[in-house]
Amino acid sequence: MSSVGTLHTPKQVADRRAQAPHTSMFTRMLLRAAVLRRRRAASALLAMIVAAAVATAMMNLYVDVQAKLRTEFRNYGANILIVAKDGQLLPPDALAKVESVLGPKTLAVPFSYAVARTKDGLSVVIVGTDLTRAQQLNHWWKIIPYFDVRLIPEKGWIPPETALVGVRAASVVGPDRHEPFDLSFHGHSITLQPAGSLQTGAGEDSRIYLDQSIFQNWTGVAPSTIEVAANGTVSEVEASIRQLAELLPAADIRPVRQIMEGEANVLNKTRATLYASATLVVLTSALCVLATLIGWVFDRRRDFAIMKALGASERLISGFFAAEAAALGLVGAILGFFIGIGVAAWIGRVNFHTPVIPRFSVFPYILAGSVAVALISAILPIELLRRVQPAIILRGE
Amino acid sequence: MFPRIVYESFRRQARRKLLAGIAITLGVAVATAMIAVATDIGDKINRELRSYGANLVVTPQEDTLDVEVGGVNLKPPSDGAFLNEADLPKIRGTFWHHNIVGFSPMLPVTVRVDSSQLSALSSRDVTLVGTYFNKPLRFGKDDFTTGVRITNPWWKISCGDGRPARPGRAQDSPAACGWPNDDSQNILVGERLAIKLEKEPGDTLGVNGRQLVISGILSSGGAEDDQIVAPLALAQQILGKPGAVRRVYVSAMTKPPDALSARDPKSMTPEVYDRWYCSPYVESIAYQLQEAIPHSHAEQIRQVAQNEGTVLSRIKGLMLLITFAALFASALAVSAAMATAIYERRVEVGLMKALGAGDLSVSAFFFAEALLLAIVGGIAGFSAGALLARQIGRSIFNSQISIEPVLFPIILALAVFVTFAGSAAAIRRAVKFDPVFALRGEG
Repeated sequence: MSSVGTLHTPKQVADRRAQAPHTSMFTRMLLRAAVLRRRRAASALLAMIVAAAVATAMMNLYVDVQAKLRTEFRNYGANILIVAKDGQLLPPDALAKVESVLGPKTLAVPFSYAVARTKDGLSVVIVGTDLTRAQQLNHWWKIIPYFDVRLIPEKGWIPPETALVGVRAASVVGPDRHEPFDLSFHGHSITLQPAGSLQTGAGEDSRIYLDQSIFQNWTGVAPSTIEVAANGTVSEVEASIRQLAELLPAADIRPVRQIMEGEANVLNKTRATLYASATLVVLTSALCVLATLIGWVFDRRRDFAIMKALGASERLISGFFAAEAAALGLVGAILGFFIGIGVAAWIGRVNFHTPVIPRFSVFPYILAGSVAVALISAILPIELLRRVQPAIILRGE
Repeated sequence: MFPRIVYESFRRQARRKLLAGIAITLGVAVATAMIAVATDIGDKINRELRSYGANLVVTPQEDTLDVEVGGVNLKPPSDGAFLNEADLPKIRGTFWHHNIVGFSPMLPVTVRVDSSQLSALSSRDVTLVGTYFNKPLRFGKDDFTTGVRITNPWWKISCGDGRPARPGRAQDSPAACGWPNDDSQNILVGERLAIKLEKEPGDTLGVNGRQLVISGILSSGGAEDDQIVAPLALAQQILGKPGAVRRVYVSAMTKPPDALSARDPKSMTPEVYDRWYCSPYVESIAYQLQEAIPHSHAEQIRQVAQNEGTVLSRIKGLMLLITFAALFASALAVSAAMATAIYERRVEVGLMKALGAGDLSVSAFFFAEALLLAIVGGIAGFSAGALLARQIGRSIFNSQISIEPVLFPIILALAVFVTFAGSAAAIRRAVKFDPVFALRGEG
């Protein structure tokens, strides 16, 4: 194919043609058309590739961004609350059951509550929990450790008999926030070493958080609440809630409506905006292809006229141009698809710090769309040219 | 002569010019709409993020510790300090009052309910929260309404039998179902409490010896489901402390945190302080609330405040990148249309050159044409894009997407630049082409 541009004497050309594998006239015409008008063919192909790439990127993003945003929304914390019914306790295997329903990746954190008294006789709420997981669930907790780095969540190790003290509780338990303090619960007292301060701007500021085992040894109170951050769409979360309600009849399973509705609201608006923008962008690039291809075919009205003058049937000519357009659409769609996946992955990495997973399921749509646009833009000018006498075109009028 | 050539070119080749003009118009329209949406999306999503509720809380400076487990307040009722209700409208007078979407005061009171269903209740002590529902207030000459219907949009009122509340009904007759009036003696009962009490809207409930009408069942998915929610004035009467407010939740649109927002205002130089004070960071709004309300302490609710910045910047970043893609696609569409239009006119170029026109004047002719097309297409495209953006804003966000007028010259310059860039290569080739071949029709 590439040697055509460097033809030499007519004899050499004839020899080469004689040795060349036999191809049908139709295929040869297609290939020659692409090679001889390289520049125009390349610009048409470029338009096709860009359109297919943009469409691929948009479709990939549209599907994937919602999942990405959902993970961002999980930073708002729990969306399901499991609370023991009045006068009952959560069964000891409740946490295991929750994890069996929602999968081990779901964050489920048990909390137990009690009211203890300080040395001065003031009431303060104490909470027992898995502090490492509580921090993972509640990203917004601002924890200032009082000594070294042992409280860093990744290390997951809290020194024994220590507590996280809410910023407002700190002034109640003792004058010096670094000094150990005493608390009593129904006559049992304990000395706790403050490990750090906890600030959230909400109820947590007035509480003292301990590790669950220390809490239970001291008070004997078992967890009464499990907070769960379940992934998925609203209907998936609702399905999980129904499943949990069957497994845990002793508990009240509640969706945290504030979190769920806020998420649904923002997500819906974002999705709608994304959809509108994606439609606009895909439409523009389809129009770009249409304009370029129509120009391309129109430009070749002389080819059309010569073919017709040589006796080609209209069906053959239409078929020829259509095949050419379809081939262009096909090649453009394949190249554009891979570029588009690259663009989507790049956007994902830049914006969400995780690449967008390529979705090969959109490829058939891209392919069908590209070929359809290419065919439309080939057939339209042909229909116009059909009405014109070849002689008029050849005379250059 | 020059203007006449340009004029005649437009007159005689109206169809072709129309095609190129349409391409430019469409490209500019999409670019305008996308830029408008991308610049406004931050504001729009910020407003939508307010459906997560308040991101600031104002408490009395010298408050005692909250003792609250599972929505039940164990603190002695008159313990601790209060804010003064009369100070609340001053929130409207702060520097960033346009960013404050709404606020709701809260006054929890522990009350005893009369009920025949004592067995279902572990104790007759229930928390009654006094608040604003949709209270008309006035600050200076500024009338506004605020309350939980604005700050807590996830609160839903039902009428017990699954019927959603019809807004405004409660005002007409006290027994009807709906949001209570702020100056009425009607209350909302949380849905779990209502089941335990076996009460329905329209029933009366004895609270500390008063017979109050239940105007609706409240479903919030939070602690309020076990509580009674009442107009603030009623809660103050029950507590016997007129004007008392325990805390105020403020819902404000904020700017995502950055390096400046986290700094301590006390350690800032005056210039930095001014910049910090005049940026709608959650920290600076908290600082201003503290200034506005005497003896108060304002703090961000980190669950809401810390996360909205991330969500906001993600969505903004996404729209920005998509806008780049849109700009790229429309620039390409315009370039392709221009290149095609010029390529088709080699014969004309050949004729002009054969008649003695220099390369420069031929190029100037084409660029003048391109400029005209770009300006006409740019103006038409800008108006179409503005309409498109408005339509998007109205159908998705139920509010206008405003187009900055400063965008117009930028868009126009962009259109001219892209049209020139798209034409340049084609013009160069057309000018370089040998007039003999062009006129013979070879090429």
